[in-house]
Amino acid sequence: MTAVASAGEGRRFEWGWVVIGLCVAVTCYLALMPLGFLVWQSFFTPQTAGKAASFTFGNYLEAYGSSETWRLFRNSILYAIGTSCFSFSVGTALAWMNERTNTPFKSLFYGLSIIPLIIPGILFTVAWILLASPKIGILNLVLKDLLGLDHHVFDIYSMWGMIWVDGLHYSPMAFLLMSAAFRAMDPALEESAMMSGANVFQVAWRVTLRLSWPAIFATILILFVRAIESFEVPALLGLPVGIQVFTSSIYQAVHRYPSQVGLASAYAVTLLLITTVGVYFQSRLSSRGSKYATMTGKGFRPRQIDLGGWRWFTAGIFTVYFLFIVVLPFLVLLWSSFQRFYSVPSMKALHNLTLDPYRFIVTYPNLVRAVWNSLILAFGTATIIMLMTSVICWIVVKTKLRGRWLLDNVASLPLVFPGLVLGLAIMIFYLNVDIGVYGTMWIMFIAYVTRFMPYGLRYNTTSMLQIHRELEESAAMSGASWGTTFVRIILPLLKPGLVAGWIYIMIVSIRELSSSILLYSPGTEVVSIVIWELWENGQYVELSALGVMLILALLALVMAAQWIGRKFGIRE
Amino acid sequence: MLRVEGLYTEYPNERGEIVKAAQDITFSVPEGRLFTLLGPSGCGKTTTLRSIAGLERPRVGEIAVKDRVVYSSAKGVFVAPNRRGFGMVFQSYAIWPHMSVYQNAAFPLQVGERRLSRQEARDKVMRVLAATQLDHLAEREATKLSGGQQQRLALARALVMEPQLLLLDEPLSNLDAKLREKMRFELKRLQRELRITTVYVTHDQSEALALSHEIAVMKDGRILQVGSPRDIYERPRNEFVADFVGSTNFLDGSVLGPDGDEGRYRVRTEIGDVSVLGTEPLRADDKVLLSVRPEDVALAEAKPAGANVWEGRVDQKVFLGECVDFQVKLGERVLLSRRHPSLRTPIGHAIFVQLDPEKCIALRAA
Repeated sequence: MTAVASAGEGRRFEWGWVVIGLCVAVTCYLALMPLGFLVWQSFFTPQTAGKAASFTFGNYLEAYGSSETWRLFRNSILYAIGTSCFSFSVGTALAWMNERTNTPFKSLFYGLSIIPLIIPGILFTVAWILLASPKIGILNLVLKDLLGLDHHVFDIYSMWGMIWVDGLHYSPMAFLLMSAAFRAMDPALEESAMMSGANVFQVAWRVTLRLSWPAIFATILILFVRAIESFEVPALLGLPVGIQVFTSSIYQAVHRYPSQVGLASAYAVTLLLITTVGVYFQSRLSSRGSKYATMTGKGFRPRQIDLGGWRWFTAGIFTVYFLFIVVLPFLVLLWSSFQRFYSVPSMKALHNLTLDPYRFIVTYPNLVRAVWNSLILAFGTATIIMLMTSVICWIVVKTKLRGRWLLDNVASLPLVFPGLVLGLAIMIFYLNVDIGVYGTMWIMFIAYVTRFMPYGLRYNTTSMLQIHRELEESAAMSGASWGTTFVRIILPLLKPGLVAGWIYIMIVSIRELSSSILLYSPGTEVVSIVIWELWENGQYVELSALGVMLILALLALVMAAQWIGRKFGIRE
Repeated sequence: MLRVEGLYTEYPNERGEIVKAAQDITFSVPEGRLFTLLGPSGCGKTTTLRSIAGLERPRVGEIAVKDRVVYSSAKGVFVAPNRRGFGMVFQSYAIWPHMSVYQNAAFPLQVGERRLSRQEARDKVMRVLAATQLDHLAEREATKLSGGQQQRLALARALVMEPQLLLLDEPLSNLDAKLREKMRFELKRLQRELRITTVYVTHDQSEALALSHEIAVMKDGRILQVGSPRDIYERPRNEFVADFVGSTNFLDGSVLGPDGDEGRYRVRTEIGDVSVLGTEPLRADDKVLLSVRPEDVALAEAKPAGANVWEGRVDQKVFLGECVDFQVKLGERVLLSRRHPSLRTPIGHAIFVQLDPEKCIALRAA
């Protein structure tokens, strides 16, 4: 170990130790503190001015005593299973078509598939409300007209509606994960089955799917955990019609008066248990994945199945999918953003196009501040996380320290925190431990850093594993200290991972809603909160205007990032 | 037995440019023979093999086994790979990690047209596993096999359905050097015993020379020369084949005229006039390239009798154990000679060089 060797001489003070120590301490603090307090809080009664908090099982009794909770539990599980299965099926089918068939224009679709991941969940949900709500939904009105019905066709305010919207929004994630799995497979494995006499169906069933099984299971688990944490869709679609899941119930418990933080914590602990089980299985799965890591040959172009005339059919599926997931939602927001009051598209409404919503948004008193807050938070979060996790990752990957696996797990721990639960835990902690961050931007900064730390770690780990240790050792042999080696050798070599992770964290930070919603206070709103407020106030057209601008800005950010990435020779 | 005629394949690469992977490939393989496609990477040998397998669809050409046409652009025939009934071993072996050794080998019998009884299938699988010395590992997980065992399993799987044709795509390239040599013998023994018609793809010339009945040397999508291993090595027909198969000395020269016997010529080169063997009729003043294998450059400390003798100087020596490589300077020109280690002439000393006219091959200069 470079650091140990040079510090052992004791001649000059090694700053490396300070950096390493600080990073480890901050990581542990961030990851462990909220969890501890959340559990602690769930055993206490609410603290009021007149009465101190006291120990109780009441929260759990209340949470689990009522049949309401079982309905909640059922709803949550149903919703998460439905959503994950739906997005998995859609994503896998598209991935198979994209990777294994000769569907035309498929590389274009692959490029477009990341756009939905850029659109914030709240905007996607609002767009689908405008498309498919029973009263004002455009699709409903069009179908009513066409078919001469007197009732609506779709009801977005239902369990199926929730599953549809959230499943659709996260299907690109399934698509990307399964595409990667299909791509990683040695094509010779399928070709040799074909040479053995198996037909397309036998190859797909007995080889492709069996071999992808770990990837399939991991993908479903990721989607499940993400769906059960989902806040925007249940809050916007479920709450108005009384379909509650854990996340929306936590939100309601906090926002009730007097707020029932204990009850919320009890719900949160349950939710945390579910996500922990999911994440645990997923990590076990990925560590066992080596059994299926086969030696690959010289990456010959995989044979593509010639679909003949059917390839236009599959291209049609891609097009319809793209309509549902990008074009329609964006167009409906665009339409409504040019209206004075929200109205369904018609010739009459076409004459009333106006830029008023944009004028309103641009002069909205909180907006400039919110944009500024969002940018500062996203920039700071991304930068701090990538630098901090690069050190953590170095310890985990490059050293032989005992207990380094523990550090890896601790830094990954926030993965199990749904955004809302994390917000709740941090809120409780800093309400009780008054170090002056509550009600400031710092508390949101802490929440963001905690929440997105695992992503930074993943991005860094991937690149760190590719750095041969001799590169580092030769720097040490040349006389460089640990700090110099880290800054001059490790960080530059990590650059691809650093930049990719930095961009990813920027985007998810700007989209972040579920933690912020419990932590913001007047003056520290972020953009997603402004959208939320506009929705609560029923200012749909203004919300649309802001949404359109936000989507375009995020798109520009991603494109700029890709351009920079290409310029510096970073391949995705 | 196997007949490939006028094969032409192209495909777009990642940048959308058209790559001509195989052009006018024509050859045939008699029953029971091992035919090798030899060439550097990107020469089109794997594309040709995959076209025979049916994993690739050529643009033009015809492929037939016995009298069954499996591909013909003229007749619009394309038999799917799973209906061709050929056995294939992939470079990566493509052993399915989710199955045991037995299941891997039995797979072709389970998915094929012809259904066998359970006992029949079991017998067949065990027989082929025995032939590849894997029978004692039948129940083991396929991923627990060593590289050599995986390679044998891939072979067993390709042989279990008793294919008419066996296709091998660089089957030894993923093994370490020692094992590769051992497997080379194994493979040869198995092929000769079973007398199974085989097409073998490799970039390793010694593998090709060791295993094949016939070799086709390929470059840039075309076949440059077809012949027996000895033919290819001793009578290369152009510079590329001479250079790619084995190592050689090249000398530029121009023809002075015929030299006695049929096929003999005298050629003027920078080291002097040389008596050579022409692979095709040559005329005076033709520009030629002489190719002489290092083992055919004889060295002696006393001046030998006969033609093609020059005096040179030992410039550099490399001791390789079984032989010594001498670099001998003739004027400004350096020739490489491979000799038995018993020749110990020190560096700087004079030495006589003699070239056997039978082994000096004159190639028409490009």
